[in-house]
Amino acid sequence: MGPRLPHMLKDSGLTAFVAAALGFFIVGFRTYDASGKGLVFDYQFTDLAIAIATIFVGRMGLLLAAEGLRWPALLLGAVLGAIGAGPLRLPSDFLHWFMALAGLLIVGRTLWPWANQSFSAAQHSPAGKALGAVGAKWFGWILIVAAIALPFAPFSDQKTMDLAVLILTYVMLGWGLNIVVGLAGLLDLGYVAFYAVGAYTYALLSTEVGLSFWVVLPVAGMVAASFGILLGFPVLRLRGDYLAIVTLGFGEIIRLVLINWVDLTHGPDGVRSIPGPTFFGAVFAETASAGHQTFSEMMGLPFSSTQRLIFLYYIILVLALATNLFTQRMRRLPVGRAWEALREDETACRALGINPTSTKLTAFAIGAMFAGFAGSFFAAKQRFVSPESFVFIESAIILAIVVLGGMGSQIGVVLAAALLIGLPEWFRELGSYRMIAFGLAMVLIMVFRPRGLIAHREPSLRLHPVRRGGAP
Amino acid sequence: MNGVTPLIEVEHLTMRFGGLLAIDDVSFSARSHEITAIIGPNGAGKTTVFNCITGFYKPTIGRLTLRGDREFLLERMLGHEIGQQAKVARTFQNIRLFPGMTVLENLMVAQHNKLMRASGMSVFGLLGLERYRAAEAAAVEKARDWLERIGLVPDADRPAGELPYGAQRRLEIARAMCTDPRLLCLDEPAAGLNPRESAALNALLVSIRERDGIGVLLIEHDMSVVMQISDHVVVLDYGRKIAEGPPAEVRQDPAVIRAYLGTDEGEAPNA
Repeated sequence: MGPRLPHMLKDSGLTAFVAAALGFFIVGFRTYDASGKGLVFDYQFTDLAIAIATIFVGRMGLLLAAEGLRWPALLLGAVLGAIGAGPLRLPSDFLHWFMALAGLLIVGRTLWPWANQSFSAAQHSPAGKALGAVGAKWFGWILIVAAIALPFAPFSDQKTMDLAVLILTYVMLGWGLNIVVGLAGLLDLGYVAFYAVGAYTYALLSTEVGLSFWVVLPVAGMVAASFGILLGFPVLRLRGDYLAIVTLGFGEIIRLVLINWVDLTHGPDGVRSIPGPTFFGAVFAETASAGHQTFSEMMGLPFSSTQRLIFLYYIILVLALATNLFTQRMRRLPVGRAWEALREDETACRALGINPTSTKLTAFAIGAMFAGFAGSFFAAKQRFVSPESFVFIESAIILAIVVLGGMGSQIGVVLAAALLIGLPEWFRELGSYRMIAFGLAMVLIMVFRPRGLIAHREPSLRLHPVRRGGAP
Repeated sequence: MNGVTPLIEVEHLTMRFGGLLAIDDVSFSARSHEITAIIGPNGAGKTTVFNCITGFYKPTIGRLTLRGDREFLLERMLGHEIGQQAKVARTFQNIRLFPGMTVLENLMVAQHNKLMRASGMSVFGLLGLERYRAAEAAAVEKARDWLERIGLVPDADRPAGELPYGAQRRLEIARAMCTDPRLLCLDEPAAGLNPRESAALNALLVSIRERDGIGVLLIEHDMSVVMQISDHVVVLDYGRKIAEGPPAEVRQDPAVIRAYLGTDEGEAPNA
């Protein structure tokens, strides 16, 4: 390591200097509102010094790891991790997290080539192959069984179930968008528009007309699909970036219409007191209006607010699994293969006599339909919709789920949704730093798995069957 | 039935890109059970003729008539309709497979329109009805036949993009043939092949002519391919047809020799 050491020290010093220059005003000073005395400066130079030292040591560790000097790098990583996670009191919680993550990063970076090598070696060994085939087949089923059992697990409280419903909603949206982006390769940045259409369809039809959730659900899907076709017709001849921009615009148009068409949508106030879904006519409330029954009366159970949550959980679970089943079947049909072929090469598709416009349109409409289902579920769950729920960042998150999961991979969407929706919730303790942790997680995934968490693609059919059946 | 009526008739085809006259009043015809080669130096407009026939370009002037169960006027049809209804299939100079999909899937996508009808626009397929499953099994059988003819059965479940170059060329031809075409247009199928692969390609093209009985239109630089297997040769230079006839005749034609070897000044006559 001799001749490289001065260079490494210089590089680390430079990194620390840049961090110091950037962090001096951002971290070094803090203003707070001292009661009666107005804004007061607070100096956090200890924090700054610790952060810069961490960056210096961290950079050093990464450089050592890059040079293949495993032990010194591991030592630095362990020291950082130990200080971060240890009992030593640092000035702020953030610094604890920062150091612990830095330590973790160095250890990860050091062990990565070795882990990668042994992982791929294990994957290619006969035992690994067999295990992989069995794993792929059963992993999905295990997830489903776990999902069904979740409400009855001892650790499932209100908070867990809320989070589970939220994650499943995004899993369903991710699976819906996966048809458009992952299979057909159409970059749709306005997917949330169809979610909004579904939500408002249910919100308005239930409050104004008095239709029940189960009647409106298919209607909402149809309406959203019609909007998909309406948008698709003029824009699907565009490719790539142009399509992305137009769909982005469409998403905004829908939101602005929802805000401004006050007569129909009540504008920014949103639609209130939307009835929730019923269980064979029974409502989930402490007391039912005349002529109706509550769920607890029907079942002879004591009333509990978690019953409603568990019911919602199973609805979204069934909806999401239906989306998945439908997509899996479509993938094996001529349309599904044509979607993937369009993603691979549109020109070749045209030469083979495949109508690109109608094929794209089906993908767009079906994707929109599932967003519509999810939207009406969302309205029924929240009992309140307003245009604020359908901003661009929602589209971006759903797209991120599809891309991070690995384009076209169904299990990948589940993992990515759990990560992207679950992580910020788990990281709530980090306060305003949680978005940084979120960003870091995304960067790490893209660095280590550039093609998404699950990049493997299972052929839609085989000439030489390897095994029967497949993962759901 | 080596019919007298041609399969495709190209009349007065002219294609202008702004100020550039890429094809200037070219007429020729091609028959079923025959391989018709279009040759010419680089930039002679061969691929442009193909793009007009297969609907990638709209000709400025000219009529392209394909005789199938009825007469199709190709210049009036949309790109994908030419493949779907007139049944003209093509391959590309730079191979255009679906690289991420398997070899078998590539051949299944080629049978899309047939399978789409059998799956009742996916409804029967979603329900898993027998009618669709039978059609799918037949399509897989057809794909298997073609894989046997091009020697790729063991590679059927590999991604097409992983195949060696020569195999990709053969697969692209098989994929075009899986659309049940009346006319197969091949854009430089022998480009980049070694002599052994080139010979295998010749055998494949001859078998398509003999067994499948369709018309083959071929753009080729490799003269060994052209002279050995083509029945009819059309020579283009600077967008104009300079010769046409059986291969033995064409290779003696002074205009052709001039186009390939240049005039005394080392410059071909300007169009």
